[in-house]
Amino acid sequence: MATGVLATRPGVMEDPGERGRFGEYGGLYVPESLVAACREVEAAFREARTDPAFRESLAESLALHVGRPTPLTPARRLSAELGVTLLLKREDLAHTGSHKINNVLGQALLALRMGRTRLIAETGAGQHGVAVATAAALLGLPATVFMGERDVERQGLNVFRMRMLGTEVVPVGTGSRTLKDATSEAMRHWVADTEEAYYCVGSVIGPNPYPWMVREFQRVIGDEAREQCAGALPAAVPDYVVACVGGGSNAAGTFAGFVGTSARLIGVEAEGGAGAARGSLGVLHGFRSLFLQDDHGQITEAHSIAAGLDYPGVGPEHAHLRDLGRARYVTVSDEEVVDAAVRLARAEGIVPALESAHAVAWVIRAARTGELPPGATVLLTLSGRGDKDISTLKELV
Amino acid sequence: MSTGLLESPLRARRDGGHKLLMPYVTGGITPGWTGYLRAFAAAGADAIELGLPFSDPTLDGATIQEASDAALARGATAHGILAEVAELRLDVPLVASTYYNLVLRDGPAEFCRALRRAGVAGLIVPDLPLDEAGELADAAAATGVDLVLLASPATPQRRLDEIARRSRGFVYAVSVMGTTGERAALAEPAAALTERIKQGSDRPVLLGFGISTPEQAVEATRRADGVVIGTAIMRRILDGAAPDDVGAYLTGLRRALDQECDETRWPATPDTRRGTAP
Repeated sequence: MATGVLATRPGVMEDPGERGRFGEYGGLYVPESLVAACREVEAAFREARTDPAFRESLAESLALHVGRPTPLTPARRLSAELGVTLLLKREDLAHTGSHKINNVLGQALLALRMGRTRLIAETGAGQHGVAVATAAALLGLPATVFMGERDVERQGLNVFRMRMLGTEVVPVGTGSRTLKDATSEAMRHWVADTEEAYYCVGSVIGPNPYPWMVREFQRVIGDEAREQCAGALPAAVPDYVVACVGGGSNAAGTFAGFVGTSARLIGVEAEGGAGAARGSLGVLHGFRSLFLQDDHGQITEAHSIAAGLDYPGVGPEHAHLRDLGRARYVTVSDEEVVDAAVRLARAEGIVPALESAHAVAWVIRAARTGELPPGATVLLTLSGRGDKDISTLKELV
Repeated sequence: MSTGLLESPLRARRDGGHKLLMPYVTGGITPGWTGYLRAFAAAGADAIELGLPFSDPTLDGATIQEASDAALARGATAHGILAEVAELRLDVPLVASTYYNLVLRDGPAEFCRALRRAGVAGLIVPDLPLDEAGELADAAAATGVDLVLLASPATPQRRLDEIARRSRGFVYAVSVMGTTGERAALAEPAAALTERIKQGSDRPVLLGFGISTPEQAVEATRRADGVVIGTAIMRRILDGAAPDDVGAYLTGLRRALDQECDETRWPATPDTRRGTAP
């Protein structure tokens, strides 16, 4: 396979323009009250991303507070078991335990630049909430995080972490009481305070510019991994790049580093939360994308053992990559995920977040079925560590 | 410019010196819910907003959200609600309101055709701002449905002028930066927003969000042409109020608006519309 060959047309995973479109997806589907606020965020981001001072300040924060670059770890024993070469991009080793902090620091610095005085956010598994609480503490901003009641129950450790960091956690009791409802509530809250509050979206979802901006802040994963792969693999570029997808931020950041190469991009979704694999065209939370919904256009509940993948849609850029055939989206079951988490723990001494274990589960299955040819090289983004899932795993293992 | 099935009657009423009253109900909220529509008409509504419930109503506050959940739990669907409405013979224009996902499900053209078949004159889609409204605006215009656009206190003047120009039926002025819901007092930005919309447009302006008492309605219509009453009605319905009870509440609002008009208007025009409260 040729190295570094451009396997996509120019413009893919770049600036989506003023309308924030990725093919037919994306856009700005928000109440009129939020249009000005979104435009302001977009203008600020456009300015900041080319400002050397902002870039330097973010790079410094990522190095000093997050511990970047995160390592690329060869999964030697699991690779031997599977007959492939598996490299793990270790976002689980980033401060706060997941990739979420990359994006949050970027947005929090942007909020300061915009003169906003507090952060609001939604969270599913709690990792984004912890990242927001951490950045808020670091920068001296108050923060309010909305979290579905069900997630509050199953992610008690992260709720405690957020509160310890001084953040207000607001349980949301409407609807399915998960990430979807927390997102709705955060948007309602933002409408009421666009002057002071900065809405820190946690994934590549939401109205323009969020899907683009979050991907750009997460691009650091893919850029680092690309460089690290160049040093670690004889072909410089892996055959496959694999990441889990809920909204899809770690996958978007990872794919951005490889979209211009020959690597095959695989997004792994939860069976019960497969927006990209099984969703249909819709509009929710400010963007046009693929969503799980019934015949009447009502959004249906996503189900996943991993709270972070309990979202009924997928980021608009993933929908676009799917349409282009540039990325493929697959699903794995909760059982495969638990099995994968245990295998990675025992083979490599790493307990992954259940979200990340989705990506591991696909690699294990694909190696078994021959979909991954023997000797294939695979880069897998391990988006977070599994401490938060210990109580869930304790029940199942 | 010719005006549509919603805008014509609203303009006629306004130009006749009346303040406009548009109550809201969530379709399918209770068995026999169409009784509320009849009660609204009898109480002197100038138009009725008919909510087609959506699972994730992000611009609505707790009450409308609860109403949407309750209607969906009863099995309400947009098509089922429209089928029931099609059976009614109301002489008050109906304005459907819903989120864009429901429109997209059928496709804008088919969705608008379904509205027209049910006799609906207008459409409000709160999560579809001007920038994204092109396709639906074309489909609505082609089928004769008036697509109403929203304006907010945060909207800059140039954009506000464009919204007023492209809106049909009326301009829906959102009185507060926030979600739907009852509030103790009419928000300060409401009057300023109305003034700003009227600077560049003759289209009727209705003020919504947070208006629940006759006093607030009267205050709102000192500058706006009318008011939308949603949460205050749905709170009563969720608490068990029958159509007559809600009708009585609206009659009070109607009377307050009419009295205000009588005090400020000369010469007075007697209101002879059928079903309008004295």
